[in-house]
Amino acid sequence: MRYKQFILAVLQKLKLALMDMIPIIVVVVFFQLVVIQKPFPQIGEVIFGFLFVIVGLMLFVEGLKIGLFPIGESMAFALAKKGSLMWLMIFSFVLGFSTTIAEPALIAVAKEASIITSGAGLIESSQKTMDFYALGLRLTVAFSVGLAIVIGVLRILKGWPLYYLIIGGYILVMLMTIIAPKEIIGLAYDAGGVTTSTITVPLVTALGVGLATVIKGRSPLTDGFGLIAFASLLPMIFVMAYGLFWF
Amino acid sequence: MDFVLVLLSTLRDVLPILIVIIFFQIVVLKQSIPHLKKVIFGGVLVVFGLAFFLVGLEKALFPVGKIMATQLSDPAFIGISSGEPSKWWSYYWIYIFAALIGFSTTIAEPSLIAVAIKADEVSAGTISQKGLRVTVALGVAFALALGTFRIVTGTSLFIYIMVGYLIVIVQTFFTPKRLIALAYDSGGVTTSTVTVPLVAALGLGLSSTVPGRNPSIDGFGLIAFASLFPIITVLGYAQFMELKSRLLNIKINKDAV
Repeated sequence: MRYKQFILAVLQKLKLALMDMIPIIVVVVFFQLVVIQKPFPQIGEVIFGFLFVIVGLMLFVEGLKIGLFPIGESMAFALAKKGSLMWLMIFSFVLGFSTTIAEPALIAVAKEASIITSGAGLIESSQKTMDFYALGLRLTVAFSVGLAIVIGVLRILKGWPLYYLIIGGYILVMLMTIIAPKEIIGLAYDAGGVTTSTITVPLVTALGVGLATVIKGRSPLTDGFGLIAFASLLPMIFVMAYGLFWF
Repeated sequence: MDFVLVLLSTLRDVLPILIVIIFFQIVVLKQSIPHLKKVIFGGVLVVFGLAFFLVGLEKALFPVGKIMATQLSDPAFIGISSGEPSKWWSYYWIYIFAALIGFSTTIAEPSLIAVAIKADEVSAGTISQKGLRVTVALGVAFALALGTFRIVTGTSLFIYIMVGYLIVIVQTFFTPKRLIALAYDSGGVTTSTVTVPLVAALGLGLSSTVPGRNPSIDGFGLIAFASLFPIITVLGYAQFMELKSRLLNIKINKDAV
């Protein structure tokens, strides 16, 4: 009997994951049949892949609810209870820095950027200089994400209104854009988007909401969100500064 | 075989987080994690789920998406000879494709699902999971259509971003304060596992086939668009919800009278 219930629950969750994928399937099929009108490449493999995606999505969402969210919240509670501002700041910085430095999207973008900048003749085109440049870029972005989480957590503690900080950040981005070398601007703007990975986002969100729940006078909705906003804003400013430093 | 490789690289992504958590639990907090077994089980599900998800994308979506992006921007498909200066409207299928693929991949984006679950929980259902995800997806759809238009016309990225920021700043003044943080966060979560590789392929493919565009300058910027416009649509959604509840209140008051 319990076995049957389990199967039913799994099927229910699979159905939800399938619903999430339906828009993609519709778009792909429509374009292949109606617009491009060419035979579908490797149809068997594609269907197989979609099944993987659906199962993966289901497992991920389940794992979030029973693993990632509780651990993020319980760390937030424990750190708030400990009452040491310094440890909370260190935790925030290390969490931001360590999850970003290993981020595959960032590694790929940094490498691409070093090839483009040396191609444009802005840095020496020796392998050593290019590697150094790419590593520097990764460290810059990781440092800025660490700092972003620190500022974001401080904001939750102090109850500063988010929009002053974000609008201030936007103005800084504009000013930096005027003085930064134009080769780095597109890259800097994109760097904001690629830093927050699929595992970091749930953890950081749970941390923010958890902190805002335990601290008196903060609302989880108004104050708990916003950490990711900082993590996408600061890298833009820092990457442009990195560009200024190099060229 | 592929699966094992992807699983290992997912584990490598998780490793720094794991080290940080264990270090803080043991050295700083000096206590064990509550419901440790459940949390470990959840963590294992997340890693396996993500690995399955990525392998599936690699097999199903990325090849198809990349082929479609190149085919749609192919001069022969658009019906111009490649030397001829192109008109921006000849690329209309590209804009439609960009918008639809942006919308549909954002609906399936795992980090957005995570934030939407939390927002639903914290706002006690005012911000529904589905509502937030659809709103963000609409923002990404608009962003990618506009972003591909920018690549085709070769206009400056800076101007679009600046105008976008101005809209966000103005909207911020008219949006209920409690929803602003959530709206700002929606910008950062849209672009991760699913959207980034597809969007990068679209941008680079398009900028290398449109005459007069340089991939290293014009290829960038789509991700920046996709992180900016969802903020605008979510702020708009918040304003709409506020307006709706205000109208509802007026109606209830009237009925009471």
